[in-house]
Amino acid sequence: MIFANVDREGYTPDIECYLRHGGYEDLRKATTMEPDAIVNDVKASGLRGRGGAGFPCGVKWGFIRRGGPKPTYLICNADESEPGTFKDRYIIHQDPHQLIEGMVISSFALDVHLAYIYIRGEFPEGARILERAIAEAKEKGFLGKNILGTGFDLEIYVHRGAGAYICGEETGLIESLEGKRAYPRIKPPYFPAVLGLYQCPTIVNNVETLCHVKHIVQMGGAEYAKLGRPNNTGTRILCVSGDVQRPGYFEVEVGSLTMGEVINDLCGGLKPGRKLKAIIPGGSSAKVLRADERYKVKEKAEDGSMVDKEIGIEEIRMDFDTLAAVGSMAGSGGVIVMDDTRDMVWTLNNLNEFYAHESCGQCTPCREGSLWMRKITDRILAGGGTEQDPDTLKSVADNIAGKTICAFGEACSWPTQSFVIKFREEFASRSTKPLPLPTPPEFLADRLSEEPTKALTTGSHH
Amino acid sequence: MQIPTDLLARIDEAISHYPVSKQSASLPLLHLWQEHFGFISDEAIEWIAAKLELEPIKVLGLVTFYPMFRRKAPGKHHIRVCRTLSCAMAGSYALKEKLSKAAGIEAEGHGHGAGGGCGGHGDPVTVSEDGKYSIEFVECLASCGTGPVCMVNDDFYEAVSDEEVTQILSKYQ
Repeated sequence: MIFANVDREGYTPDIECYLRHGGYEDLRKATTMEPDAIVNDVKASGLRGRGGAGFPCGVKWGFIRRGGPKPTYLICNADESEPGTFKDRYIIHQDPHQLIEGMVISSFALDVHLAYIYIRGEFPEGARILERAIAEAKEKGFLGKNILGTGFDLEIYVHRGAGAYICGEETGLIESLEGKRAYPRIKPPYFPAVLGLYQCPTIVNNVETLCHVKHIVQMGGAEYAKLGRPNNTGTRILCVSGDVQRPGYFEVEVGSLTMGEVINDLCGGLKPGRKLKAIIPGGSSAKVLRADERYKVKEKAEDGSMVDKEIGIEEIRMDFDTLAAVGSMAGSGGVIVMDDTRDMVWTLNNLNEFYAHESCGQCTPCREGSLWMRKITDRILAGGGTEQDPDTLKSVADNIAGKTICAFGEACSWPTQSFVIKFREEFASRSTKPLPLPTPPEFLADRLSEEPTKALTTGSHH
Repeated sequence: MQIPTDLLARIDEAISHYPVSKQSASLPLLHLWQEHFGFISDEAIEWIAAKLELEPIKVLGLVTFYPMFRRKAPGKHHIRVCRTLSCAMAGSYALKEKLSKAAGIEAEGHGHGAGGGCGGHGDPVTVSEDGKYSIEFVECLASCGTGPVCMVNDDFYEAVSDEEVTQILSKYQ
């Protein structure tokens, strides 16, 4: 559906090609509908946001009251930067008009006359393609003044970010679009639907989510809801990377496949002679799943009652609710597979470095904690692991989650919490040296000394 | 400061995209400036602040916050290598070393910050002696299925093999 034209032979990103394949027909249909009917269709579709949180799109849209005293803005979140996720890139590069059409329909439904596409700075080619697509759509009357003769006006502009992961957080994104540092806002009161861009009601949706709107209009909400599973409707794009034979992106009905089917059937299985060790199922912030663990889920029995069941990692169904039930999340759909050659300390350290770099610095637990965690895993890797390190890591992580303004706090602590708990033996076996006290936990490996006073006086801050 | 007229026109066009608040044009103006002049000088900060009727500290605050903006000149061609997990698993650390070597850039270790980076957060770029190339590690470039990936200027390269390193660099003279 969303990826129908991605990698299609002879398909080009220009408007002529899009029109030849039925492009903007759904917009024509939408403009004959009552705006509220479109919103109701989106509600009925059960569409959940594809950016990471899985928030019901219809509920988000339901916060908007048409005809209020302030204008409503729509922002497309194209800041795709969750490690392991690579789907929006292909929509933007290969089928940009699908996104534009989804945005025009959404704007029509929500009475929006000014919309922005916030695209990450590292997609310069994507930004140019979108700008060209916008110009083409304007020329054909699908955008601009009096769209398709309906009297409805809409301008869409492309806004480039500049390398900061936190801009994917919707209130951080809004701050960034206002020309400020992308410090996420405290919620409440700043739910964007109430007080968003320029303190006006604002809807922020992911690229893939907005594309789905087009298909919901085409099929009708109820029909769309038949795709996938109850409360996990529609299709979604799974992005698989890491230790599989054929990494890639696959559009599937939500929950139609299990983890094992994704890895073995879609991706050709693991490399020869390797064994599965761990999977991060929904972007790097999702908690890691250990391959040899048993997971408890509830399943609907034939008589309709819910029964407890214990399953292996390959039996986990790839939908929002099942992945939440096994203690992780479907997140952004980015699946990172690790086989038995991977060192879990190294893996966590790589992610810790990412989060330490990307913390916006607004909240102390996250700003300091993410760096502490990175320094500790750095030091373990350098051979300076001490007995206390696994517990220290977990305690630092525990003191970030839930104590910050935005969900980055959880995002940066979940990897550490889950890696240390699930692969404790790997961390413990490399954390054997006695800790010279008193020493702050983030001291460097080369400062690890037999003489406690030396470690203290030479200082540990680098 | 002489600003070319075509750049001025693009700047005014960018500002027109934000009818509600000129401040919103800060990032676009910084991008336009950096594309033209290579980096964000003190002069740039003053000029952009005046243009958008902001205090210069507001603009400087953006430059130090957003990793893509540089305060120093990069090489003539700027290389970005993805450092994050899937690419690292596919060999991006080795790729960065090979690119550095082929570009005549002295390797200064991995990472961004204090743990052994280049100039630390805010100045992660290393430049070759002849000024032709510069390199930096960046975080996830959202192409995890085809790692290791890198960018040279605005061009994107995926699944870069050892053999391709010199071939890619030879396109940028």
